[in-house]
Amino acid sequence: MSEHGSNDVRDVVIKYYDGTSRTVTIVDHEVPYPEGKLIVSRTDTKGIITHANQAFVDMSGYSQDELIGQNHYILRHPDMPTVAFTGLWETIEAGNKWHGYVKNLRKDGAYYWVKATVIPNIRNGKVVGYTSVRRKPSRSKISESEALYKTLMEA
Amino acid sequence: MTLNLTVSPDFAPDHISGWFIFNTWLQRKLGSGIHLELYDCFDKQREDIKAGNFDLVYANPFDASMLVRELGFKAIVRPIAKPDETIIATHAESDVNSVEDLQPGSSLYATDDPDVNRIGMIMLEPADLDQSNTETTTVDSYVIVAKNVLNKSADAGFFLKDAYEELSELIRKQMKVLVSSEISVVHHTLLVGPKLQQFAPQIQQHLLDMTADEKGRGVLESMNLEGWEVMSEEETEFMIDLIDTLID
Ligand SMILES: Cc1cc2nc3c(=O)[nH]c(=O)nc-3n(C[C@H](O)[C@H](O)[C@H](O)COP(=O)(O)O)c2cc1C
Repeated sequence: MSEHGSNDVRDVVIKYYDGTSRTVTIVDHEVPYPEGKLIVSRTDTKGIITHANQAFVDMSGYSQDELIGQNHYILRHPDMPTVAFTGLWETIEAGNKWHGYVKNLRKDGAYYWVKATVIPNIRNGKVVGYTSVRRKPSRSKISESEALYKTLMEA
Repeated sequence: MTLNLTVSPDFAPDHISGWFIFNTWLQRKLGSGIHLELYDCFDKQREDIKAGNFDLVYANPFDASMLVRELGFKAIVRPIAKPDETIIATHAESDVNSVEDLQPGSSLYATDDPDVNRIGMIMLEPADLDQSNTETTTVDSYVIVAKNVLNKSADAGFFLKDAYEELSELIRKQMKVLVSSEISVVHHTLLVGPKLQQFAPQIQQHLLDMTADEKGRGVLESMNLEGWEVMSEEETEFMIDLIDTLID
């Protein structure tokens, strides 16, 4: 079987909250989380990426230049339910810390799972942006999240 | 005027004299008396810092958060090329070959170093391990952590990477590293208290210049540091935000 002829590849249209959409090629292949690393990014208050560390660049498959200035939804995987992100934004806009398991889409169409924590960056009492730090999740948490997100997609 | 300096208790004991040498050097540079107070325990030190007893603190990254956000300290420098990284190791002959092989009920050995312990526990999460299903024994030094790994009392030990690398080769050969963090932006900082803020630029300059003369270089060597580099306010805030995401 050739690598490209596999039926584990599909084209999907992703619609973002801002009305835009794009067609992405999804490859059913998981890239393992890099041992010992934290994947770090920062955004402005609208979710536009302002900083990405090397682990972020390596795992996403995009270059630093391609990432900075992009909306963070560039990583959104179609298997992620919208409500997960609604919860994220409600939590951080209220000034609180958000934790969750996220399936992320790479530039090459493959995916990787993370345990993410997002916090508001507060400077002189004002929210100036957000920081997200991801770490390696356990297989059991990934399975639980997969099952949960599936039910949320159908709802 | 006498200033008060304290140093995070997590530096290797062989470098205690280095901090006294540094203290003497800094007194000469600033032309004022400095009292250096060392602690063997984090909690007592934190209490005294909160009581306002110190003007200068060489702090571990987890304490930096409290110093900056609660007590009005400012970080002025960080040691060059010295990120705080954590290693989890087990006995070389153990059946455990990755973090995921560690089972609930595992016995962990660690020191009371807050950043190593936090990052160590984060690196155990992929095995679904946390405080509730592991047993941690806190000991006084990384050498004692290593001893307990070697005699198999510990299923795994937490080490500051620097301390692990300073263990003798004989000891290291009997252990295997399960995971080694590569975070690189979490490190110790030297912070100046609110009362001393006006002298911060002057102190910072002296520290940056240390590598420029022989005396300064000798002092750095005795502390096992390569030198200092500037820590900006935003870099400090960024590090504190990052650490905040690691605390539940
Ligand atoms: C700091 C920060 C980091 C984020 N990281 C991710 C991420 O890694 N993956 C992802 O799909 N969405 C991430 N988001 C959420 C996106 O902004 C977006 O809400 C999400 O991708 C869903 O897209 P939508 O809002 O257009 O439906 C992040 C948001 C913030 C503020």
